[in-house]
Amino acid sequence: MPSQKQLMKGAEAIAEAAIRAGCRHFFGYPITPQNEIPEYMSKRLPEVGGVYLQAESEVASINMIFGGASTGARVLTSSSSPGVSLMSEGASYLVGAELPAVIVNIMRGGPGLGDIAPSQSDWSMMTKGWGHGDKRYISLCPATVQEAVDMMSLAFDLAEKYRNPVVLLGDGLLGQMMEPVIFPALSEIAPEQSWAARGKLATRPRVIVRSLYLDPAELERHVDHLYDKFARMEREEPRAETWMCDDEPPVLVCAFGTVARIAKTAIGKLRGEGLRVGLWRPMTAWPFPVESLQKAAATSDRLLSIEMNKGQMVEDIRAVIGHDKPVGFWGRSGGMVPTVDEMMNAIRGQFANA
Amino acid sequence: MTETLAFGRTPLLTHNYMHYCPGCTHGVAHRLVAEVIDEMGIQDRTIGVSPVGCAVLAYNYIDVDFIEAAHGRAPAAATGLRRTLPPDRYIFAYQGDGDLASIGMAEIVHAANRGEKLTIIFVNNAIYGMTGGQMAPTTLPGMKTTTSPGGRDVAQTGHPIRVCELLDTLVAPVFIARGSLSSAKNTIKAKKLLRQAFDLQHQGFTFVELLSTCPTGWGLSPTDSLAWLDRNMLPFFPTKTFREPGAMPEHTAAYHPDLKVRD
Ligand SMILES: Cc1ncc(C[n+]2csc(CCOP(=O)(O)OP(=O)(O)O)c2C)c(N)n1
Ligand code: SF4
Repeated sequence: MPSQKQLMKGAEAIAEAAIRAGCRHFFGYPITPQNEIPEYMSKRLPEVGGVYLQAESEVASINMIFGGASTGARVLTSSSSPGVSLMSEGASYLVGAELPAVIVNIMRGGPGLGDIAPSQSDWSMMTKGWGHGDKRYISLCPATVQEAVDMMSLAFDLAEKYRNPVVLLGDGLLGQMMEPVIFPALSEIAPEQSWAARGKLATRPRVIVRSLYLDPAELERHVDHLYDKFARMEREEPRAETWMCDDEPPVLVCAFGTVARIAKTAIGKLRGEGLRVGLWRPMTAWPFPVESLQKAAATSDRLLSIEMNKGQMVEDIRAVIGHDKPVGFWGRSGGMVPTVDEMMNAIRGQFANA
Repeated sequence: MTETLAFGRTPLLTHNYMHYCPGCTHGVAHRLVAEVIDEMGIQDRTIGVSPVGCAVLAYNYIDVDFIEAAHGRAPAAATGLRRTLPPDRYIFAYQGDGDLASIGMAEIVHAANRGEKLTIIFVNNAIYGMTGGQMAPTTLPGMKTTTSPGGRDVAQTGHPIRVCELLDTLVAPVFIARGSLSSAKNTIKAKKLLRQAFDLQHQGFTFVELLSTCPTGWGLSPTDSLAWLDRNMLPFFPTKTFREPGAMPEHTAAYHPDLKVRD
């Protein structure tokens, strides 16, 4: 199987990576800026004996995912912010019924219809607000196309490890950028048999995939069980990158996804000017990499969260850092992508404050 | 008019005590579904989808693998099953009228339109049973419910929706029929419709509506409910087979337009 580098658009690479990871079923509804994913799937999945199905809405997509996941198959849907909002009820059902599935959210500007430009304004929705009830989702935040490819197979593995939906959280920039990538070999994954509804087998008790527990005591036990899984996710799954922090820089920039890439360029230039700045980048929005942040922040004087929104991740950072040191925020919203120059200015401001 | 139904226990019904109100026809519909699956010998190849509504616990009674869908989304969840499972599986979804014809109208229309190889069992009791007897999209004109206390005002809330007739405008479905559970005779006929639907399921989309009672929501005794169904529902919701192979309406003929949009 080809493992040489090939140049590919982010959205298509994400789609191909899912197929390489053993996903043969995609259900989705068109929305910009992620249409390249379903378009690619509609062409590619039939070539590998898979199924692409255009749903009538995102509500239908996520419930098709529910049915598909119930059979133990690796299933994928992708959408962008408004569509992901529509999926929230179904996402909560996936958690309640303990079904693995992968959902890609290529975020765009909001609220409302907003625009189709890149944004990071669904951080809070994905980490805290998506769907009703006591629920959690691992959210992976790639910064490069290669990382998105690598995180795709990780996403399916984690979804199955925990029997819980996993989110790949990107933005329109990631979807549109062309980068060289290396794919893993194509894998075939046999569907799960033990808990999947595939027809009553003589070898196991009948399967009922459900999220209804009418007895409150029983539901509490079920939610406790889910929280045991979430606690394990918090122990085992936080991922983060710390960059340019060896010299214990006084200013620590925090950024995720494509903004972290722009931040790297800005920090590189500021370093050229003699300013000591480092970067901390969460690769999982949830579980939030608390220990990694504490470690990176320990030797800095102040933190600056830079986001393509009005300040969402910064709330999580402040929850970790508390009143120990100042945590500033700078960002652009509405789908405006911060330039390197304006980012440099924002970071310079931190030195002026010091 | 009362009739006595004398049935033995259906092997495919579990021993669980049914939670339905006395005289509710959900139990009858369950029994029919279980009997059909049993008679076809497909228990190990059948997966059911339960709705949100009084029948959410259908899996407690019908002894096959089951999944429990979100309110109205059973046809989408069943589509997910169909598209991932081996083709020899039998998949059915069981839905009430609020579930199917209100919140889930998009999902049922599109599953039917795609010709998903499913059997949908549509229990139409003209009311929202589970939530306490509110107005449904199938509630009859003038009918009192907890949210139409003065009777359904069609000028404000529209007329009841005839789902079979609506789906019958689509090209894909292979079987669409409406039966009734109002008497032993009708129940036997209804079972035949279910059997036909299951038999045809691997050819395409199959749909059986069952006119049903909700004595609790209607505020009537079980026997009065049966008579009420016959008197009030049948004239608006005629029991008939709208579509079956060999009796496909003209508008289902294959259509091959000569469109050159993209090369
Ligand atoms: C998203 C959502 N909205 C509303 C409800 C509340 N709800 C539960 S069952 C139901 C209506 C059920 O009526 P019907 O489908 O006619 O079934 P019946 O109980 O009469 O068999 C409603 C509105 C819900 N569970 N989920
Ligand atoms: S409320 Fe109506 S539909 Fe529900 S169980 Fe009772 S009689 Fe049946």
